[in-house]
Amino acid sequence: MTLRSPLGKVRGLGSARDGTAHWWAQRMTAVALIPLLLWFVGSLCVMVGSDYAAVREWVATPIVSILLVLLTIASFYHAQLGLQVVIEDYVHSEWLKLSGIALVKFSAISLAVATIFSVVKIAIQ
Amino acid sequence: MASPNRPLSPHLQIYKPQLTSVLSIMHRGTGIVLAIGLLFLVWWLVALASGEGSFHTAQSFWGLWIGKVLLLGWSYALFYHLVNGLRHLFWDAGKGFELQAAYRNGWIAVMVSVVMTVVAWLWGYASIGNL
Repeated sequence: MTLRSPLGKVRGLGSARDGTAHWWAQRMTAVALIPLLLWFVGSLCVMVGSDYAAVREWVATPIVSILLVLLTIASFYHAQLGLQVVIEDYVHSEWLKLSGIALVKFSAISLAVATIFSVVKIAIQ
Repeated sequence: MASPNRPLSPHLQIYKPQLTSVLSIMHRGTGIVLAIGLLFLVWWLVALASGEGSFHTAQSFWGLWIGKVLLLGWSYALFYHLVNGLRHLFWDAGKGFELQAAYRNGWIAVMVSVVMTVVAWLWGYASIGNL
């Protein structure tokens, strides 16, 4: 049973106008992060005590560079989605909420770009 | 519409904490903690790309007791959020949502995340031959 009108269903995207996109992206990035994080944490456990040259060599391995970039994208995307929900739940002043979400989004993109740039720089040097 | 004198439902602090509610807020808490932890991942990789000196500065932080405590906290937060996140994904699929099941898989999430944290630290110390 549904209480929604046919017109409402057709328009169907709710007040945020993006339907289930946020929820779905959070789940997809979560699924992607499971193998990526297990790999990353396992690698760190192996590399404890490695020196500068060894860590750089590891990051420069093509498969490692690729996985690190994927990990960065999935992590920041997932973190941004989660922090957005936290802000939406607890911050009720409209302008604080909006600027908080904007700050989280800008920071996530900037930091992700800085991280990806670092990985690529090491990989191609 | 507004009737200011209408009784409100009791607020959060009136309820006795239960495993389900504690794990729920822990999921959000560890998520925020991990978002902060991401800053250190950025620092570590940017330092690695910047040269040996900055990498050593970043690395020496993890040698301090405060660095180790933070790392321990982050590793537990990571494993808890990961395992409890898996629990959420099962719920999304409509599985494990009955009260008994929710308590059972809740305790499993707590135990598995603790075991994973211990294993990761033992593994790390074994790597430097300090075990």
